[in-house]
Amino acid sequence: MSQFLTQNFFELFDIPLSFDIDLPKLEIQYRDLQRTLHPDRFANASDQERRISVQNTAQLNEAFQTLKSAPLRARYLLQLKGIEFDDEKDTTFDPAFLMEQMELREKLADIKQTADPMTELADFLQDISKLNMAMVSELATLFSNDNDEYLNEAKQVVQKIRFLNKLQQEAEELEEDLLASY
Amino acid sequence: MALLQISEPGQSTAPHQHRLAAGIDLGTTNSLVATVRSGQAETLPDEQGRHLLPSVVRYTNDDIIVGHDARAAASSDPLNTIISIKRFMGRGLEDIKHLGGKLPYHFTEVDSAVPRLQTAAGDKSPVEISSDILKTLKQRAETTLGDDLTGVVITVPAYFDDAQRQATKDAGKLAGLNVLRLLNEPTAAAVAYGLDKEAEGVIAVYDLGGGTFDISILRLNKGVFEVLATGGDSALGGDDFDRLIAQWIMEQAGISDDADHAQLRRLMHAACDAKEALTDSDKTSLEIELADGSFWKGELDRELFNKLVDPLIKKSILPCRRALRDASVSAEEVQAVVMVGGSTRVPRVREKVAEFFGRDPLVDIDPDTVVAVGAAIQADILAGNKPDSDMLLLDVIPLSLGLETMGGLVEKIIPRNTTIPVARAQDFTTFKDGQTAMSIHALQGERELVVDCRSLGRFALHGIPAMVAGAARIRVTFQVDADGLLSVTAREETTGVESGIEVKPSYGLTDNEIETMLRDSMTYVSEDVAARNLREQQVEAERVLEALAAALAQDGELLNRDERSEVDNAAAKLQAARDGNDPAVIKSAMEAVDKAAEEFVARRMDGNIQRALSGHNIEEFD
Repeated sequence: MSQFLTQNFFELFDIPLSFDIDLPKLEIQYRDLQRTLHPDRFANASDQERRISVQNTAQLNEAFQTLKSAPLRARYLLQLKGIEFDDEKDTTFDPAFLMEQMELREKLADIKQTADPMTELADFLQDISKLNMAMVSELATLFSNDNDEYLNEAKQVVQKIRFLNKLQQEAEELEEDLLASY
Repeated sequence: MALLQISEPGQSTAPHQHRLAAGIDLGTTNSLVATVRSGQAETLPDEQGRHLLPSVVRYTNDDIIVGHDARAAASSDPLNTIISIKRFMGRGLEDIKHLGGKLPYHFTEVDSAVPRLQTAAGDKSPVEISSDILKTLKQRAETTLGDDLTGVVITVPAYFDDAQRQATKDAGKLAGLNVLRLLNEPTAAAVAYGLDKEAEGVIAVYDLGGGTFDISILRLNKGVFEVLATGGDSALGGDDFDRLIAQWIMEQAGISDDADHAQLRRLMHAACDAKEALTDSDKTSLEIELADGSFWKGELDRELFNKLVDPLIKKSILPCRRALRDASVSAEEVQAVVMVGGSTRVPRVREKVAEFFGRDPLVDIDPDTVVAVGAAIQADILAGNKPDSDMLLLDVIPLSLGLETMGGLVEKIIPRNTTIPVARAQDFTTFKDGQTAMSIHALQGERELVVDCRSLGRFALHGIPAMVAGAARIRVTFQVDADGLLSVTAREETTGVESGIEVKPSYGLTDNEIETMLRDSMTYVSEDVAARNLREQQVEAERVLEALAAALAQDGELLNRDERSEVDNAAAKLQAARDGNDPAVIKSAMEAVDKAAEEFVARRMDGNIQRALSGHNIEEFD
């Protein structure tokens, strides 16, 4: 097997293992690797090379998407540090956060009945994106404290972002429904 | 290299020789073929100098007529003259009924989910009809260029789902083409535009054709064309504009819904002419012959036309908004909006697009030919004619891919706008004690319920060892290749029982059907099937040998003497098999080469990765 598939994502891009990453460098490395690995480079190669090319590029894309996105990068880093995630069982207990989530959910449920649901929905999605950004900066702060206590706190934030993503997904599903009935 | 001294007339694939490759835009209304000659990509005309080939096929008892002559007969022979077949690609009969408009064709329902149209030449599936269009373009290219095509790139709407893509690829295969890649139409347009204008930064491609609409947001950076997001509607286009005008005429002229097919075709023609006339004038007059031989005369002005089509244009703006959001790009960040497809000639479309993006769209490139030109550029590179090219296209899947879970719900495995190729796995478990099989249903779409998504295919994983509910661990892996085509595998992790499918879409043709069609196809009537098979294997063997020789010349030092002689031995055997006349022997010799070169290939790939990471291109080491 190509060693490419067994490296961790940071090694794969030859960048330091850290939450705070050099995004422009990541993008340059990504493009250089794409130029080398992409199936278009192997259109005339053997079946085997073409197969490996698809596998490698899929891995490269996965690695790039993971490191590019702050919450995914945080989750991946925590997993490398031995923190386990179990999406079925893990829950977050911060009451203020849960209250806020409930309110947001109620708001989303009511959007369908408003006079201009598309605009309301756009505003709603904007709000979620702001909350998301706030949490990402919280993650940056946590990871910059170089001690182990932050690990579990960071995990909590990652889970909160997951909540938000779910909400965002539901909002987007509502948008699909609105578009379909349009 | 001694390995490479193969050169027979007519089938030479010697290295560094220019390989004939073409880009094909298989459109709803018109199709085109383009190629790169002397460094210049250009569309190829027919003998009368016409570049556009109307995507119309007429079947008679003893002939297949494609293009202008077929279109001319559309009103007089509506049942046997098939127009806009692209709208039916990868669709089931139920979908087709929902496409809108009254269809003149008679359909035959068969066991296969693929609808067949009854014609004078027998029942024809959309794949076969499309392949007849492709054959005409293939012939045009080969006559013009004087030799067989090595390979082609066929464009598809970015918003085409897996079934529609698979159907297009099947049509290419059926036409006897080597399909190097399916390329998304807006991406092809971006390539032609980007290379021509040396553009960098974020651009949007708004592509409104005869039957499909796409919006793609791309980032252009030093030869890399990265699609950030795409969206669209695979059943929205100029045909719908025509239909609305035709409906309006029917209301005005008192023509009833059950008018005959010839009348309806004439109406659609008149509607299309009126639409085109309104591009340059403010009003146009209409004259329609009625069933009783009298004439209805009327006038359509641009204001009313705009009112009629505004809802359709609005339907195209919503996906633009979503694509921008998916791309995390604001309208202001878009540096250019490129207009593609004949329907972007409609002034109202340009107006509304300008309004949405806050800038005038670019209309100085030919919206009809730009897609074929971009495809030709990509085909030229994939055929290996430009080994030093820096160009790279990174595309995405347009619609989420998922699996059916309990309660008729869809669990998304790969979300839309994920860069391809992509592979993603998800673990599932059994829900009953002693359960030994699991059914896997792959779906595509954004909606939550199975019934609202497109069914791509079903298969079953058998042989799961009987365990208590929840103990088995079944890993389902979705892999999407560079054509945007999905394959699914399922594996029970504790025992390694495996099952998989190349997803054959529910509305696709089975391999057997394609095989039969190939055999029945006109192209091969005069040609012995066995001879063709042998030749295909020989060409493939040459390709393998050539690729291996090139790789060894470049990185031969990665192998020690023993390893090298093992590879050389396998290659020599393949060379001998290639000179023989048994396709099965050639095939197994190729497999042996693959196996012998396995380690070499892996080391070579790792070496390339190292070089890429240290900031050097492989080219610099040549």
